[in-house]
Amino acid sequence: MELTEKHHEYWRKNVRMTALLVVIWAVITYVAGYYARELSFSFFGWPFAFWVGAQGALALYVVMIGFYAWYMNKLDQEYGVAEGDE
Amino acid sequence: MATKAQTQREFFAFLKKAYSFYVGGFIAFIIVLAVAEQMGLPRRWIGYIFLFATIALYAGIGIMSRTAEITEYYVAGRRVPAIFNGMATGADWMSAASFIGMAGTLYLTGYFGLAFVMGWTGGYCLVAFFLAPYLRKFGQFTIPDFLGARYGGNIPRLVGVFGAILCSFTYVVAQIYGVGLITTRLVGVPFELGIFLGLGGILVCSVLGGMRAVTWTQVAQYIILIIAYLIPLVWLSVKHTNFPIAHLVYGHVLEKVSAREVELANDPKENEVRKIFADRAAAGAAKLKDVQKSLEADTAAANKRLADAKAANAPAAEMKAAEAAVAKLPKDVDAAKKAYTAESKLGPRAAPISRHAEAFPGKDEKARDINRRNFLALIFCLMVGTAALPHILMRYYTTPSVREARASVTWSLFFIFLLYFSAPALAVLVKYDVYTLLVGTHFDKLPAWVAAWQSVDASLLSIADINGDGILQRAELSIGGDIVVLATPEIAGLPYVISGLVAAGGLAAALSTADGLLLTIANALSHDLYYKMIDPTASTARRVTISKILLLVVALAAATVASQKPADILFLVSAAFSFAAATFFPALVLGIFWRRANKWGATLGMIAGLGVTFYYMTQTQGWLRGVFGVTKPIELWWDIQPISAGLFGIPLGFAVIVIVSLLTPAPDKDTQELVDHVRYPHLVGDIDTRGT
Repeated sequence: MELTEKHHEYWRKNVRMTALLVVIWAVITYVAGYYARELSFSFFGWPFAFWVGAQGALALYVVMIGFYAWYMNKLDQEYGVAEGDE
Repeated sequence: MATKAQTQREFFAFLKKAYSFYVGGFIAFIIVLAVAEQMGLPRRWIGYIFLFATIALYAGIGIMSRTAEITEYYVAGRRVPAIFNGMATGADWMSAASFIGMAGTLYLTGYFGLAFVMGWTGGYCLVAFFLAPYLRKFGQFTIPDFLGARYGGNIPRLVGVFGAILCSFTYVVAQIYGVGLITTRLVGVPFELGIFLGLGGILVCSVLGGMRAVTWTQVAQYIILIIAYLIPLVWLSVKHTNFPIAHLVYGHVLEKVSAREVELANDPKENEVRKIFADRAAAGAAKLKDVQKSLEADTAAANKRLADAKAANAPAAEMKAAEAAVAKLPKDVDAAKKAYTAESKLGPRAAPISRHAEAFPGKDEKARDINRRNFLALIFCLMVGTAALPHILMRYYTTPSVREARASVTWSLFFIFLLYFSAPALAVLVKYDVYTLLVGTHFDKLPAWVAAWQSVDASLLSIADINGDGILQRAELSIGGDIVVLATPEIAGLPYVISGLVAAGGLAAALSTADGLLLTIANALSHDLYYKMIDPTASTARRVTISKILLLVVALAAATVASQKPADILFLVSAAFSFAAATFFPALVLGIFWRRANKWGATLGMIAGLGVTFYYMTQTQGWLRGVFGVTKPIELWWDIQPISAGLFGIPLGFAVIVIVSLLTPAPDKDTQELVDHVRYPHLVGDIDTRGT
């Protein structure tokens, strides 16, 4: 089983997208968490950092995972590595 | 539940129909019980009906799904549609601690509790990006399977088996303990009997049908637990905001809670109560220095007071108080020591009110910094631990394809999200209720649920008029976290049937997690240890039989440990996350993303990660220090609490794998092919690694 250049490109794209999403994940979790005391302006009643921890970050996690699934399924098709009907 | 002849599409349609009927039936069941309650059905009966009806339901699904076929038993035939696997993972994931404990932790610790909310959801990002699709493509039965195939040989597999059992067993003990607690509260049976009743429900289900039965039961359990969590929240939200969806509007309730906290912090009566506690704690500590002398002094003082009162012909109230003081004197030195120790521990009750919304409170910049550091470290350990717990990762072997595995992680987190973003709302609403409706009320006029819960368990709720002014102060109220979820139906003014529903939800959460964990342990022993390492020629029928026997043995062992009521059970659960994170995460992720990672790197990396995590805990955690006889003073590394020990184990695990792998020969060609195989959902001329 030899991998073609196309296969390598698929993998590079996957790794790049994974890295991007992990960076967003880290920023919303750790950078926003680190500056929680500073991010205390009122956001519909919540201090902003509290809202991020209780709702914002969680919703973003769901959206990111959903987006990744959609992106990768599309990538599978484009690069001819999608599964057939098993 | 389905025959082989069905196509996946028909199977999905069948499942949708079956579970729609189930939801309808369950709601009808609640309505019938509610009507019966209005007609005079006693509370105790409602408890019994909930307990036996739900356990019978789970057992029934188990009997319907019984199987002896190997892929059905280990991975539910790999035909679980994404959305149903999402629900099953949600129930598998959310334990008694999530269902009952989470809102309470948030109530007690405010912002800090959000570490659990974020940690236990954000971990799914790591599952989705780094593990689930690749493990699905690999497609065998257990997590040690992957370690064995990727790193070659039995040594990495054996380390994996050990790690999987270590983290799953501590976790399952806590679940069975939770089952015992809930059944005791729900129907008042003794704790040990409760454990074995629950165990019966778990075993009928998992022994008969393995992963297949557990999957379909978990879906049913998820539906019960989410209904049970949301109904009281909706009612409480209407009570305080006139709007059913608390999530959208509780920010304003939080503002009111914060304002009330300022009021209470400046209230002279509150400060009076706090001062009494501080004085009592100081006096208790002083008396402990010489118990004998203090007891004599106390006895003399109490007798003198009574004598004086008699001599002065004091009013009846004073006489009664003086008599009570004499009656309350400790009987001997041991009793006195116990009493003074209890008094000396009242210090925390004198603490000023904590601010719910404040991030990282502390007396100075340094304390705030330590608080923040531990908050972030805890999130990190919980997230990485989530992405490394074998009983969760195993669930992604059960989907029909890589594509469905990806979708399934999304559904999993969505279903978990429903509960986790409700918990902070529930905590704030209950706090608002307590701070505004309860605190400041006359002791004669407290709502009925207060007395009811105080009599059930004083560690859950206890009140006493410390300063004798007849009014309840915030500092006079001592609350255990679990009360937040358990008492919400009564706080919201719902009928008892909803309280029964909440208990049934907690039971579902504990049972479903226990199911998944027991399977993980039994499979690690039967599949990895017995079949792969001891007798590779065993027939499939024999493997399934051995797996079932081991499941029984492990379940009984866990129940026996749980019935001893081990001390620091909550700590053990959190420790499981650090263990899993440090053992599995580096080896699994590098196995997929770095071709050069090899057998020795992975083996030593797992041992080093687990080793340093375990070492740090034994040096710093009170209970473990006792077990291992550590006596030197606690030295925290960078002020990190033992619960987050994985913070040191995870990076060390990565570092050791990289360094050792580079120092030893690269993996062979077959391993390289395996890496390609898991990275691409489909390749022409692909190898086949599916388990049989």
